[in-house]
Amino acid sequence: MSDSTPAIAVSHLVKNYAGVTAVSNISFSVAKGEILGFLGPNGAGKSTTMRILTGFLPATSGSVEICGHSVATDTAAVKRIIGYMPENNPLPEDMRVSEYLYYRGRLKEMGRRQLGPRIDELLELCDLKRVRHRIIGKLSKGFRQRIGIAEAILAEPPVIIMDEPTIGLDPHQILIVRDLIARLRGRMTVIISSHILPEIEMTCDRVLIINQGRVVASGEPAALKRELLGRARYAVEIMAESADLAGVISAIEPSLEITSETTPDAEGFRTFELSAEHDSDFSEALMGALATDDRFRLRALSRDNPTLEDVFLAATKRSWDVVDRAANDRKNDPLKSKISK
Amino acid sequence: MRHFFTILGHEVRMLLVSPSTYIAAVAFLAFMGFIFAGILSEYSTTPQESSPAVAFFELFWVPVIFMVPLLTMKSISEERRLGTLETLLTTPVSTGEVVLGKYGAAYLLYLSLWAGTGGLFFILHRFTQDSFLLDLGPLLGGYLFIAVSGLLFVAVGIFASSLSRNQAVAGILGVVLLFGLIIGTQLLSGVATINLEVFAPVKAGLEYTRVFQHLEDFSRGIVDTRQLLFYVSATCLTLVCSVLGLEVKLIHS
Repeated sequence: MSDSTPAIAVSHLVKNYAGVTAVSNISFSVAKGEILGFLGPNGAGKSTTMRILTGFLPATSGSVEICGHSVATDTAAVKRIIGYMPENNPLPEDMRVSEYLYYRGRLKEMGRRQLGPRIDELLELCDLKRVRHRIIGKLSKGFRQRIGIAEAILAEPPVIIMDEPTIGLDPHQILIVRDLIARLRGRMTVIISSHILPEIEMTCDRVLIINQGRVVASGEPAALKRELLGRARYAVEIMAESADLAGVISAIEPSLEITSETTPDAEGFRTFELSAEHDSDFSEALMGALATDDRFRLRALSRDNPTLEDVFLAATKRSWDVVDRAANDRKNDPLKSKISK
Repeated sequence: MRHFFTILGHEVRMLLVSPSTYIAAVAFLAFMGFIFAGILSEYSTTPQESSPAVAFFELFWVPVIFMVPLLTMKSISEERRLGTLETLLTTPVSTGEVVLGKYGAAYLLYLSLWAGTGGLFFILHRFTQDSFLLDLGPLLGGYLFIAVSGLLFVAVGIFASSLSRNQAVAGILGVVLLFGLIIGTQLLSGVATINLEVFAPVKAGLEYTRVFQHLEDFSRGIVDTRQLLFYVSATCLTLVCSVLGLEVKLIHS
């Protein structure tokens, strides 16, 4: 196995459940040591895809390779190199924390001798030391979630798949989990799905957005923002007539236009939203022009920084549009070329 | 097979730390004690031909039909309902190892519950010193029968558990299957029509699988290899069906 082999290679993956298509022709690959964020609305096919990656569910068609091993034909080898934390993180209710980790380690074919120190290390890492002798069924959600994460990375597998690891955690615990995942960067390949978008933005090298069982966007968070939202947006609080303002801004940049305006507040100021078709920064030019013009009284000007949330909404909305139009010829999908990147 | 021992060890451990095991054991022994006391009071009023062990093991089906499904109904249903089956099967463990591990633990518990009834005979021996009342032949034959037939009964319970995520459904299914296997064959062989010429092969097959007939032979000290083969092969078949039952649910989940 050469180093150029991707850790995860999925091509044309399809999964049907009794006539319902959960995953429809997904292709992507993840390089070794990369952290991939998996986004999508509920029912988009995230969990199904992850289950197929682990070999738990068989795919209807398409192929999945983990570190060069096919999931369909070489399931036993694949199960040795993945750590998986399922959705809702099921745990046995009546075991103690350290007992559970020991049992799981034995199932993952770890030696008795290496298991003890490894469990100690993980309990420390996941801040579970205080509860190591407690019964899992009596622990709070945050602890249970961290037990699931500890279990997934227990055997130090090269590929880790976690389905919503940060769900139900408080901000402090999310921070711990984020550090934990960041520590894996470069050593292990990680796929995380999450609904907490800032989380994904901060931890992941690359994001994959799926909707209706299809990949609708993929790439680095920053690149996705540029591409999907493309426009620079500004918010201006100013006392002005919209016609005057439109004249001034189009002199700075022809594509700059007013997208919305509010009614004047008590002092006569309004908030205008402006947008330009490309990404270069006009803040300074705008500031200069508006501040020096006698017709206007400028109070504030800011540039909108789009979040991953905006990207997510834009990408999924676009895919809904595609679905609605029912003219979805996948072969001509412009996104397709990016997927195989 | 290395995971078999890991899972077996884990299951046995969980049984040992669970209070419900001890409650079940106490209830079982109390019930068997009542039966035993009933048999003894019968013996004290009227003279009997056979030893009490024979009469005791003739009632084996009462605890088997109700206890075995209770012991096994949880094993696979619970894992599936909680979702821990998913984490279990994404480790390098095969479905066969999971089924065998759970089966092994349930069978060991079944054996140890029956071993507890040995205490009843010990008490009887201690206080009567009567060799007729404690005839070693039927006693050992009876326990051997329990151990051999238990292989199949526990496997049937595991099979029922592999079919449903609902413990109650698995339990009821187990009771029905065991009833059919133990009482059903007995009732069927008593039906007059079975004696017709046409049904001769059916009758022969039925004689072969009749559990009460096996018990009678074992109690008399006859250990027939055909009967051993029947239990071992039926157990293997049932366990294979359990594995298939588990896998088919995954494929169509």
